[in-house]
Amino acid sequence: MANGSKQIVDFAKIKATMADPYKHPVQVINGDGKVVDPDTLAKYSDDQLVDFMKKMVWERTLHEQTMNFSRQGRLGFYAPTAGEEASEMGSVTAFKDQDFLLPAYRDLPQMIQHGTTVAKGFLWSKGHVSGNQYENPNMLFPQIIIGAQYAETAGVALGIQKNGDKDRVAFVYTGDGGTSQGDWYEGINFTSAYQAPAVFFVQNNGWAISVPRKKQTAAETLAQKAVAMGVPSVQVDGMDIVAVHEVAKAARDFAVAGNGPVVIETLTYRYGAHSSAGDDPSRYRTDEETKPWFDADPLIRMRKVLTDKGVWSQDQEDKLVDQYKDEFKDAMKEAEAAPAQKVSDFLKWTYNVPTPAVKKQIAEFEAKESK
Amino acid sequence: MAKMTYIKAITSGLDQVLSDDPKTLIFGEDVGKNGGVFRTTVDLQDKFGEDRVFDTPLAESGILGLAIGLSLTGWRPIPEIQFMGFTFEAMDGIVGQLARDHYRFGGQKNFPVTIRTPFGGGTHTAEMHADNLENYFVSTPGLRVVTASNPYDAKGLVISAVESDDPVLFMENLKLYRSMKDEVPDDKYTVPLDSAKVVREGTDITLVAYSAEVNEALTAADALAKDNISAEVIDLRSLSPIDTDTIYASIDKTHKVVVIQEAQRMAGVGAVVASDIAEDKIMSLDAPIGRVAAPDSVYPFAQAENDWIPNSDDIEAKAREIFNY
Repeated sequence: MANGSKQIVDFAKIKATMADPYKHPVQVINGDGKVVDPDTLAKYSDDQLVDFMKKMVWERTLHEQTMNFSRQGRLGFYAPTAGEEASEMGSVTAFKDQDFLLPAYRDLPQMIQHGTTVAKGFLWSKGHVSGNQYENPNMLFPQIIIGAQYAETAGVALGIQKNGDKDRVAFVYTGDGGTSQGDWYEGINFTSAYQAPAVFFVQNNGWAISVPRKKQTAAETLAQKAVAMGVPSVQVDGMDIVAVHEVAKAARDFAVAGNGPVVIETLTYRYGAHSSAGDDPSRYRTDEETKPWFDADPLIRMRKVLTDKGVWSQDQEDKLVDQYKDEFKDAMKEAEAAPAQKVSDFLKWTYNVPTPAVKKQIAEFEAKESK
Repeated sequence: MAKMTYIKAITSGLDQVLSDDPKTLIFGEDVGKNGGVFRTTVDLQDKFGEDRVFDTPLAESGILGLAIGLSLTGWRPIPEIQFMGFTFEAMDGIVGQLARDHYRFGGQKNFPVTIRTPFGGGTHTAEMHADNLENYFVSTPGLRVVTASNPYDAKGLVISAVESDDPVLFMENLKLYRSMKDEVPDDKYTVPLDSAKVVREGTDITLVAYSAEVNEALTAADALAKDNISAEVIDLRSLSPIDTDTIYASIDKTHKVVVIQEAQRMAGVGAVVASDIAEDKIMSLDAPIGRVAAPDSVYPFAQAENDWIPNSDDIEAKAREIFNY
């Protein structure tokens, strides 16, 4: 074939344009605190907006207090959440009690909002079974195997569909790294194949421990990956709580109407380390890289909007912080007072009906424990 | 009572549990309209509807995720993994998640999943279709593993597996699917999930086996009987847990034992059985514990299967060696 003749397919063009529908993340309040979508903002009462702010202050204070507790050696594995308040609080508040939450390990704040206590969150971190026993039964424990919760979401969503529950969805979280897992695709694809009701969140916080987002995939956005599974998706400014909430609500409405699942990529940032267990971000990123994200802070921009409206003050915020700190300190005391765990109980929970060998071991441990 | 093949007995058991409990669901690759690549679920979709018996996309980890999520919403899932070699794709779902979830909740929630999967050599399949992979699963706390050596047990065990609130891996022997027929009641009955069975009584030596190797052991026992060696044959049926009581009672009678498996020697349900016997019954033994297993190579290329899989001759030779020790 002669050079310059028309090719049957233009892969270069396809590659250059495939992210086009995702060029403009949904935004209501921009990084400077300027309202860019006043119509959407107008749908929210001052009380609702103040409530959003309170929840973000709550989560930021929880983060700071847990970092203190970690330094004091009073927590186990804990994944810092600072920077992700808009993404986490904006999304979880769009769901109802009957919706089923499948969290990962950075999602304790959403779990506490959906139906467990701060004390139980701490117990989970410390390694105590009661941290996995929730007031709201519509929740799974934080997933450690990144991606597994996506596969399980397909089952929860299909179960909801088969039960005929019309006002119920599954909702699930992972991070940017999680989108590289096979289970991520399998979960979304199964849910799509059955057109079952689920909302899949990807909290793209830029980092999978030390590996930057761009090394996970050559795809320009993570949201566009959903197209391959026949699932609509969107990128949203994950530092803008109103935008996240609005998108999450629309996704829930879409899913409960029987249209199948939705994938939402929230563009957010992990201010701190991957976990409280020795990760040092200065090994893999610079202050220069992180500064724009700190400037785009979700609390700063919401604070500006609310202050302009005259419904928020620094004094009010300081009082809230003190109140939340006291609550978290009380929760830690409650967690520290939890009864010691028994190996005999672990054995009892391994099977519904203990096997003969396990029965023997239960008796052995009960004898030890009664001494 | 009708004569039924091993595979028909399983189908009959599945039909029973689908009739008994409207929350049971069968799903997997090709299980719907096609009735499974071996026809184990044949006609079940027609009878119970696509809502209860349905195909999945082709992804084993997704199938396990589906099973766990369905359990969380009140269902009793019966997923099929088309061949046991494909369970590797679902390893996290089975071992990392399902087996641990009841424990993780501190006993608050049940995950009553029965994973059905065909395995076993001798039918000249493609690679990864015949391996005995039970060893990966029997060392998993929280998971029960059972397998039948005959049609009667196959039906009774699959019903018990589905009715159990624990997750159960139900291994179906490929070679036995159509090579074995037996009297199987049409009505419902169960076979307990954690009990071995003495399938032939004897007084001189105990042969412990499971699945297709039980039939090899019975053939060996016939041969040994010609020389007045009376072999007792035990079918483990449950690979996790192991019913040591039944084995020990037999050893107290025979004082000699051979433990048989189709899996490689290093992949050892037999090793677990032998170590239990060594720990608890060594004073009752008059000879070392004998073992018959496949060699420690990767599962053989199909043409050489019969040179590799332990057969009744191997069992007979080992039994004579231990008997004459």
